Amino acid sequence: MIEINGVSLAYDVTNILSDISVTIPKGGVTALIGPNGAGKSSLLALVARLQPLQSGAITMDGLSVASTPGKVLAKKMAILRQDNHLGSRLTVRELVGFGRFPHSRGHLTAEDRKVVDEALMLFDLDDLSGRFLETLSGGQRQRALVAMAYCQDTDYLLLDEPLNNLDMYFARDLMRSLRRIADERGKTIVIVLHDINYAGTFADRILAMRNGRIVADGRPDELITTDMLNTIYGFEIPVTTIDGRPVALPFR
Amino acid sequence: MIVKANRTCLVIAGLVLAILFVASLGVGADQATLADLWQGSGGIDLLAISRLPRTLAAILTGAGLAIAGLIMQAIARNRFVEPATAGTAQSAELGILLVTVAWPAASLGFKTLVASAAALLGTGIFLMTAHRLPPTQPFLVPLFGLVYGGVLGAAATFIAWQADLLQYLAIWSNGDFSGVLRGRYELLWIGAGLVAGAWLVADRLTIMALGREASIGLGIDYERMLQIGLVIIAVISAVTVVVIGIVPFVGLVVPNLVSRLMGDNMRATLPVVALSGAILVLACDILGRLIRFPYEIPVGTVMGVTGAVLFLLMLFRRPAHG
Ligand SMILES: Nc1ncnc2c1ncn2[C@@H]1O[C@H](COP(=O)(O)OP(=O)(O)OP(=O)(O)O)[C@@H](O)[C@H]1O
Ligand SMILES: [Mg+2]
Repeated sequence: MIEINGVSLAYDVTNILSDISVTIPKGGVTALIGPNGAGKSSLLALVARLQPLQSGAITMDGLSVASTPGKVLAKKMAILRQDNHLGSRLTVRELVGFGRFPHSRGHLTAEDRKVVDEALMLFDLDDLSGRFLETLSGGQRQRALVAMAYCQDTDYLLLDEPLNNLDMYFARDLMRSLRRIADERGKTIVIVLHDINYAGTFADRILAMRNGRIVADGRPDELITTDMLNTIYGFEIPVTTIDGRPVALPFR
Repeated sequence: MIVKANRTCLVIAGLVLAILFVASLGVGADQATLADLWQGSGGIDLLAISRLPRTLAAILTGAGLAIAGLIMQAIARNRFVEPATAGTAQSAELGILLVTVAWPAASLGFKTLVASAAALLGTGIFLMTAHRLPPTQPFLVPLFGLVYGGVLGAAATFIAWQADLLQYLAIWSNGDFSGVLRGRYELLWIGAGLVAGAWLVADRLTIMALGREASIGLGIDYERMLQIGLVIIAVISAVTVVVIGIVPFVGLVVPNLVSRLMGDNMRATLPVVALSGAILVLACDILGRLIRFPYEIPVGTVMGVTGAVLFLLMLFRRPAHG
């Protein structure tokens, strides 16, 4: 369970996050949506202790992210950031292998190698495993980064726009894989998405942010309505129903 | 497949260094060849007092400087910085100069300590600034380093001029192995210890090069690793300046060339970087002994030319990506 309690964040005098309190129970997929600049990445960075908390508290299974040693937290949660500047010349296999670092502390065991192989398979990277990152396409690199986070094999997986650069095939493939590991292995996944219909199809719960606040929180069928989407995004979005699911059509 | 290629690099580097090692023992102004050394008993003395220490000093210097450059590039996340130009060596120079002015009778060990402290401070300031520069403009960091190193070097020159110590400064500014004798180079072994230490944390250093957030995400104590890296860079540079003098380019070109060949996984590349640094410095020193035989050209000068050529090659033969 991730408990976020009274968290605020400000740069200079601008409020980025205002008094956010929310609980994410263990297991399941939670989608974080909202317009650009709403504060999604900032909130995720605080949960992943990439930035110091200015006020409020965040705990993960009761462990405070502010005071628990980094080594311990690295076995609890993995994070994929929205922007990754990787200047290093590493092969895909090497990069994904570093996802095992919290467990192996550098010396990959047979067990670690098995997890790495599995991740390479799962994200269709086996053919690319010997290639240097800088020689990959944007989507291939994104898949390598997701595979690295996956390899960390943590209870909590925080993914900031993992669908960036992915084509339709791999976007769907990734969402299905995430759904499966949430269902079969009880992982807790928090994922920032811009495509509301992916959120509607794969998430158990949608958290919507705007201007540094959580403005809506509920099941996909509760959130994906023209009214709700208007509150979140500020414009009229027609919603229709296909196969019993609400589908937003923000195209015209 | 990659593992095998990496092992080949390591073996080749080891062999080349072994050949240069023997060659270095056989070359010197005293004209004693290896065969002479083998026969006469005086030869053994020459070997033990002068040529072996000189050869070891070159190897230790080269390995140390290359590793210091590798670590500095990883921490600054920039391939175009090295301690000899970005202020570390100049800070060390300033440190030893100040202690020489204030307390001329201080022991070499104490002076090294002060030089290390100064190098630590100077490098810390450089890296703090480097981390603030926008990552979208990678050439700002080395440019800032050059200006920063230049300012520190100018300050050192001014102080040395005032204190009438310019001839000392000249010794620290241009690396030279001709004065190396048994009993006068052993401080360099500290560098070997630090290289071994770097090998122990090689995986962490590789992760650090991926950035602060990636490091924290993988559970690395980023601040502490930063401090460890700083100490390795500063102490290796300071010891080299004090014992040998500044040797430019090693820390810049060696890590880059090895990265081209093998990538940036330091667990694999670190030993090759160390060996290649040793090869480059030892080869330049041998060259310096041969060009105007029986006179010598300081290794700093030879390296200035060789390193510049390698650097230009490196710039103009960029790989297709990146
Ligand atoms: N380092 C910073 N300094 C000042 N303001 C910042 C900083 N980082 C983010 N912000 C501001 O904080 C707000 C929230 O940013 P954040 O990256 O969390 O948004 P987001 O919801 O992830 O948006 P996007 O969908 O575009 O990724 C934005 O208005 C942004 O301009
Ligand atoms: Mg964002």
